[in-house]
Amino acid sequence: MRHIKWMLVVVMLLALVAPAALAQDDGGAGLTIGFSQIGSESAWRTSFTDAVQAEAEARGINLLFSDAQQEQENQIAAMQAWIAQGDVDAIILAPVVVSGWDVVLEEARDAGIPVVIVDRNVDADESLYVTRVSSDFVHEGRLAAAWLVQATSGQCNIVELYGTVGSAAAEDRNDGFEEVIALFPGMQIIRSETGNFVRTEGKQVMESILSAEDPANICAVFAHNDDMAIGAVEAIKEAGLDPAEDILIVSVDAIPDIFDSLDAGDVNATVELSPFMGGPAFDAVVAHLNGEELPKWVPVAGKLYTSREAYDADH
Amino acid sequence: MSEQLIPRLRNRVVDPRPGRGVWHSHRAVWTVLALLLILIANRLISANFFSITMVNGRLIGSLITILDGSAPIMLLSIGMTLVIATKGVDLSVGAVMAICASAAVVMVNRYEAGATEFYYTPGVIILLAVGLGALCGLWNGILVAVINIQPIIATLILMISGRGIAQMITSGQSPTFTNDTLAFIGRGVLFGLPFPIYLYLAVLIVVFLLVRRTALGLLIESVGVNARASYYAGINAALVKILVYMVSGMCAALAGLVIAGEVKSADPHKNGEFAELDAILAVVIGGTSLSGGRFSLVLSALGVLIIQSLLTGLYVSKLHPTANLVVKAIVVLLVLLLQSDEFRNRLTRLVRRSS
Repeated sequence: MRHIKWMLVVVMLLALVAPAALAQDDGGAGLTIGFSQIGSESAWRTSFTDAVQAEAEARGINLLFSDAQQEQENQIAAMQAWIAQGDVDAIILAPVVVSGWDVVLEEARDAGIPVVIVDRNVDADESLYVTRVSSDFVHEGRLAAAWLVQATSGQCNIVELYGTVGSAAAEDRNDGFEEVIALFPGMQIIRSETGNFVRTEGKQVMESILSAEDPANICAVFAHNDDMAIGAVEAIKEAGLDPAEDILIVSVDAIPDIFDSLDAGDVNATVELSPFMGGPAFDAVVAHLNGEELPKWVPVAGKLYTSREAYDADH
Repeated sequence: MSEQLIPRLRNRVVDPRPGRGVWHSHRAVWTVLALLLILIANRLISANFFSITMVNGRLIGSLITILDGSAPIMLLSIGMTLVIATKGVDLSVGAVMAICASAAVVMVNRYEAGATEFYYTPGVIILLAVGLGALCGLWNGILVAVINIQPIIATLILMISGRGIAQMITSGQSPTFTNDTLAFIGRGVLFGLPFPIYLYLAVLIVVFLLVRRTALGLLIESVGVNARASYYAGINAALVKILVYMVSGMCAALAGLVIAGEVKSADPHKNGEFAELDAILAVVIGGTSLSGGRFSLVLSALGVLIIQSLLTGLYVSKLHPTANLVVKAIVVLLVLLLQSDEFRNRLTRLVRRSS
C-alpha cells in the first residue's frame, strides 16, 4: 500500500516535470535550417558564421550553410534551391544588400517556409519574414557614452571618430551616444570627423584634430569602431601624449586586436558587436513553428569590456 | 622617315617656344595657385595650421600630416601618370596594393615564426612584394598591349579579382604583424620626418630622371597621342605600354606596403580601397589628359597635395562629416574650373561686358 502511494507521488511528479523537460528540449533539435551568409570579408563575419554553426551543432539542428561571396544572386539562388527541394524547415538569411528580396521572400512564404533575417536589414514588407535578429547599434552607442560619463563624472570634451557616413552602424552609434551625453551638460562632442571605419583614416583624422585643437582640451575619443581607435592611438602617441591616460579611448566591435591594445593600456573600453545571433535566430524559428507571435525586431545587445580577462570569462 | 617624324612629334607633345614648355605652362601656375588657396583656406579654418613642432625627435603639424598622408596616393599617381599618358588607365592599383601587402605580411609572419629560408628575410620580402606588383602590371600590360583589350576593362579584371586574390593569400583574415623592418616603410621616422615622404620623393626622382633624361618620356607621349603612328615610326608601342603598367604595379606595391606598415596589418579588404579613384583624380588635376599624350609627374604630385590638403582641411573644420563628400566635390570642381583656359576666358569676358 505504501509502495503504491510512493509510486503515485513519483508518477505525479513526473507528470509535472515531463512537459517542462520536453519544452526545454525544444531548441530546434531535428530541424533542418538553411543559412545564407554574406561571405567571409572580415574576422567578425567569420566568427559570426562559426558562432551560428556551433549553436546549431549544440542544439542538434541540421544546418545547411551557403556562402554567397558578397553576391545577392548567389543568396537568392541558394534560397530558391532550398525552397524548390522543400527540404528545409526554415531559412536564416544574412542579406548582403537591403533591397530586392520581395520576390524570393514571397516564394518562401508560398512554400510555407519561414524566413528569419539576421544582421543587416531588408526593405521588404514585414509580413514576408518572421522577424529580424540584429545588433542594437543604438545600445552600443549608449553603453559607450554611459561608461564615459561614469569615468569622467559627466565632465568631458569628446572627439568622435565617425564611421562611414550613412551606414546604419555609424548613424545609430552616434544617435545612442548623443542621447546619453545629452543628459549631462558637462559632456560635449567638440569634434566629429569620419574615418570610414578604417585604421589609417582614423589615424589621419586624429593627427589633424590634435594639431587643430589644444590636446589638453580633449578628454576622450569615441570611435565608431576599434580599427579607427587603434589608428587614433598611433596619432596620440606620435603627438607625445599617453593614450588611455591623457585622452580616454572607448570604441565598438571587440575585434581581437583591440584586446592587445587593452593589455598594453592604450585604450580603455570596447563594446562588443555581438556575433552570437544564431541562438536568438533559432529561438525565433522554434517559437514561430510553435505558433507564437514575435516582434519584428529581436535586438542583440553587446556588453562593454575593459579587459581581456572580462571578455574571455564571457566567451 | 622616322627621323623626320620624331622632331614633329616633339612639337606636338611639348611646345618648344620659350616659357611655354610643360613646366612653364599656364596650367602649372594655376595648379600651384589652387594648392596655395586651399592651404590659406585651411589656415583660416584652423589658426595653428602652419605650426610645426618637434615632439620626441619627430616633427608634428598639419603640413607634416598632409605630406605623410599623401604617400600612398603619391606613389600611385607616379605610375598612373605614365599609364594615362599612353591613353590607358589602371583601375587595379588599389587591388594590387592589397595583394602585395597581404603577401608581404603573410611572409613576414612566417619569418617571425622562425622560417629561416633567405626569401623570408624582411628585406627580400619587400623586394618580392615589389616584384609581385610588377607581375600584376605585366598581366595588365599584356591584356592591354598584346591582347588589345580596352585598358578600363583589362584593369577592371584585376581590380575585381585582386581583392579576392588578396583574401585568398590571407585566408580571408586580416593578419597583423610586429616586424619592425616592414613597419618602418609606413611608420618609420628619419631626420624628424616620416619615412614614406622620403620613399615617394625617391621614386618620383628616379622615375622623373628615367622619363626625362632618356627618350622614354617622349616614347610614352607619342604612344599616347597616336599608337599607330608611333608603331610606323618604329616605336615598340606594346613594349612601352607593358612597361608603364609594370611601373604602375610596382608603385602600387610600395603604396600597399606603406599602408600595411602604418597600421601593422595586411587588411586585404580595406587596403587601397577606392585609392585608384583618388590617383586618377590627382593625375587629372595635374593636367594630364585622359586621352593621352603630354604628361607631368610634378603636376600630378601637386594634384595629390591638393586632394590631401583638402581632406586635412575637412578634418580640422568643424563641418559635420555628412558634408565632407559634397564639399570635396565642389572644391575639386572649382580647382578644375580654375585651371580651364576656356572657363577663365568666358569669366573675364562676362565681367568685362557687365562693367
